[in-house]
Amino acid sequence: MKNPPATGQSISRIEGPLKVTGAAKYSGEYNVPGLLYGYVVNSTITKGKIIKIYTEEIKALPGVIDVFSHENRPSTAWFDMKYADMDAPPGSPFRPLHDAEIRYNGQPIALIVAETFELARYAASIISVDYEKEIFDTDLRSHFGDGREPETGMASLLKPPPPEPTGYFETAYAAAKYKASGEFYHGTEHHNPMELFTTTTLYEGKGKLSIYDKTQGTVNCQLYVANVFGLRFKDVKVISPFVGGAFGSGLRPQYQLFLSVMAALELKRHVRVTLDRSQMFTFGHRPPTLQRTRFAADADGMVTALNHTAFAETSRFEDYTEVVVNWSPKLYPAAHTLLDYKLVPLDVFSPMDMRAPGGSTGMHAIESTLDELAYQLKMDPLDLRLKNYTMIDITVNLPYSSKELKECYLKGAEKFGWANRAPEPRSMKRGHKLVGYGMATGIWDAMQAPARAEAAMTRDGKLHVKSAVTDIGTGTFTVMTQIAADELGLPVADVIFSYGDSKLPFAPIQGGSMTTSTVGTAIRAAGKALRKKLLRVAKRMKDSPLGKAELEEVIFQNGYIILKDNPQAAVSFADIINDGHHGLPLKTTNTGVPNMAKLNKYSRAAHSAVFVEVEVDEELGVINVTRALTAVAAGKIINPKTSRSQILGSMVWGISKALREETILDNQLGKYMNQNLGEYHIPVHADIHDLDVMFIEENDEHINELGIKGLGEIGLVGVAPAITNAIFHATGKRLNQLPVHFDMLL
Amino acid sequence: MNSELDLKPAAVFTSKTRQITLNINGISRGLEVLPYVTLLDALREYLDLTGTKKGCDHGQCGACTVICDDKRILSCLSLAVAKDGAEITTIEGVSTGNDLHPLQQAFIDHDAFQCGYCTPGQICSAIGMLSEGKAKTRADVKELMSGNLCRCGANMSIIDAIMEVKDGGGHE
Ligand code: FES
Ligand code: FES
Repeated sequence: MKNPPATGQSISRIEGPLKVTGAAKYSGEYNVPGLLYGYVVNSTITKGKIIKIYTEEIKALPGVIDVFSHENRPSTAWFDMKYADMDAPPGSPFRPLHDAEIRYNGQPIALIVAETFELARYAASIISVDYEKEIFDTDLRSHFGDGREPETGMASLLKPPPPEPTGYFETAYAAAKYKASGEFYHGTEHHNPMELFTTTTLYEGKGKLSIYDKTQGTVNCQLYVANVFGLRFKDVKVISPFVGGAFGSGLRPQYQLFLSVMAALELKRHVRVTLDRSQMFTFGHRPPTLQRTRFAADADGMVTALNHTAFAETSRFEDYTEVVVNWSPKLYPAAHTLLDYKLVPLDVFSPMDMRAPGGSTGMHAIESTLDELAYQLKMDPLDLRLKNYTMIDITVNLPYSSKELKECYLKGAEKFGWANRAPEPRSMKRGHKLVGYGMATGIWDAMQAPARAEAAMTRDGKLHVKSAVTDIGTGTFTVMTQIAADELGLPVADVIFSYGDSKLPFAPIQGGSMTTSTVGTAIRAAGKALRKKLLRVAKRMKDSPLGKAELEEVIFQNGYIILKDNPQAAVSFADIINDGHHGLPLKTTNTGVPNMAKLNKYSRAAHSAVFVEVEVDEELGVINVTRALTAVAAGKIINPKTSRSQILGSMVWGISKALREETILDNQLGKYMNQNLGEYHIPVHADIHDLDVMFIEENDEHINELGIKGLGEIGLVGVAPAITNAIFHATGKRLNQLPVHFDMLL
Repeated sequence: MNSELDLKPAAVFTSKTRQITLNINGISRGLEVLPYVTLLDALREYLDLTGTKKGCDHGQCGACTVICDDKRILSCLSLAVAKDGAEITTIEGVSTGNDLHPLQQAFIDHDAFQCGYCTPGQICSAIGMLSEGKAKTRADVKELMSGNLCRCGANMSIIDAIMEVKDGGGHE
């Protein structure tokens, strides 16, 4: 009997029982005898120099093992590029404890290593430091209009600069009858995964290290550590089977990794360094961004002109960029476009990719402006989007490989009850509360990178698949197991997927919604190679019923190779290994690469339509997202259950982005003021109401063999603008700042 | 980090360890700790019970929730020495034998987590919340669970899972 394919099924997370019983171990939970604890000391000034760190007094305290600072740190690589990682933007990567110079507030300046966590923490709290302060600038808002072109580099491959202008924007805009424009501010955000950033480095002797790190890239960290400390790659093992959330914060090796490894090598001991919650505001963040839009349409509602300009913060040492302004012509093919993206270097740490980087910032401005345009045109916002619907991406002049956004709009609108919306702002009420409906579009590039995977069949008939990839909560473990199961026609229970370890076959960093397509394609390549090998060995077996069958003439089903023409002729995988291969596993390692020749003929993106209902209490200004629905078209959905959770999680992030989270920078001090979860607000259970997810069927034959586009970001991009559009519909007030504050409505 | 602190280092470095007993998941465990070690660190660092999580160390996230003498508490805000003799249930002791607690099963069934880092705290908190008996409606449950943050945004599924157990009477 044929078992149904594993892909497409709602399977519960395979690691679920470990997570609900506390058995899942995260990077700070590997306890070994003799473990030392490191605590980081951070700069309290924003810019200047360290004159003196009073380390001797601290070293003298009982229980303190050592204090490391720029004055006594062991020498590491001096060449800048050695510190570059797979996600490093153009520039010069930050080097912890490199010299006396202070580049940003909260910069790590010393590591205290002690026998216990408590002693290390206490010592860090009393160490004295003399500084020489310099004048600094952290205020993006004072720089509207004076940015500069970003440097380009490797990172630009995945983050293309804005397309060249087309047509004559200024003339077209000036002449247009229907226009909408806006100025937008998106505040700083910090990822704040629930797990604290921790590295436990086990010193295994002779320069060998086993490192348990909180990361989105085991190989990325392995290369970084080996390069920086001059170790052999094979002596450095980075292990991260469970990652307590990351959202981009683990794409680059963070300073606790450097410090933990440095101390372990120097002291020849096991060392754990855990950052506290406030220290999680001292590396990487979503950059604050200022934007200006001017959109125009003709009387029929065809968008004719698009201008979108952004000024984004970066650090003084790296040009971190995002794709903020490129999206509008991809969705609304206007003849006249003018898109510009500039950077403003300030005295902060380099910003870092945070869930839907750039897209979620830019789409807020784009979709809010489009909403405004709909009101100018007296058109339903949904109709305006349908009117301008395109199957061609005019920024590259290529058709979309697939695009079921229209179905997202239509099916989403129907299920949400969009037709019940009264067009006028302030026209819907529930009790004494104003009610508003808003909608917005989401778009995110579908990307793929090369990766490797190993597949092996063992004598018990089980398939073992391996990849260095992490599972940051995305469901990667489960989804990869499903993909592998289908390759050999096995039930999921017969597949063992090993992951989260740098010694396994190469996987790139887990980000940009490309993990499933990237690692999935590698697993497919390995699965295909293993099928060939199994058949070859099966045919060589004595009296093999498979005769001279070619791959096309057999099926792999339920642990057997079966002749298509004669289902009685079958050999079990277990027999192939035991009788045909001396009981030894049959193994293969293969590379999955994107088929660029094919892909270059298409523009590739996932899409979404988001519908939101808000209630606004006019007297108190309280805004409540009472209902929200996201319809997603993202190619094939491997596991609807975990995929739904991905989109639900993104929707909560969207609510947070629109109404809650913001890191507040005091420009007098150059310091983030709310570095804790009491003051950095994220939604709590009481804030989250009725959320709905629809997956729209989308068959993409071009994108990759699996037809996958990725889901990590698409759920977020459209949510915040749908909320602010709903607030406009409820109140008649257009609020262009994220997050929206209650008082702006009063 | 703060050179103006008026604390004498000596006090911290010379204080004496205390012998305490914690009854954890039905097992009595003797422990020698300094007076300023939190219950959370005692569990994680001294007893290798790492199922209880640290998300903030400041009482702001709920990840460290355990059940202590039948009440849900934040173990990061409790000193281990103050809990000498207490009965403590951590996530490792929530289920009996090989069977998962109904809430644990409901969390799996509803996919009420992604990264899983807030999960032990959510489950312990839900057990405590249900036995308090104050929550009547879904809105009550949301309110009374709001001390437990989830950055992955599994909020709705977490409440779905708890409601299933609450309404299904799966909780004794
Ligand atoms: S760790 Fe105790 S509340 Fe966050
Ligand atoms: S599941 Fe990741 S924080 Fe809740």
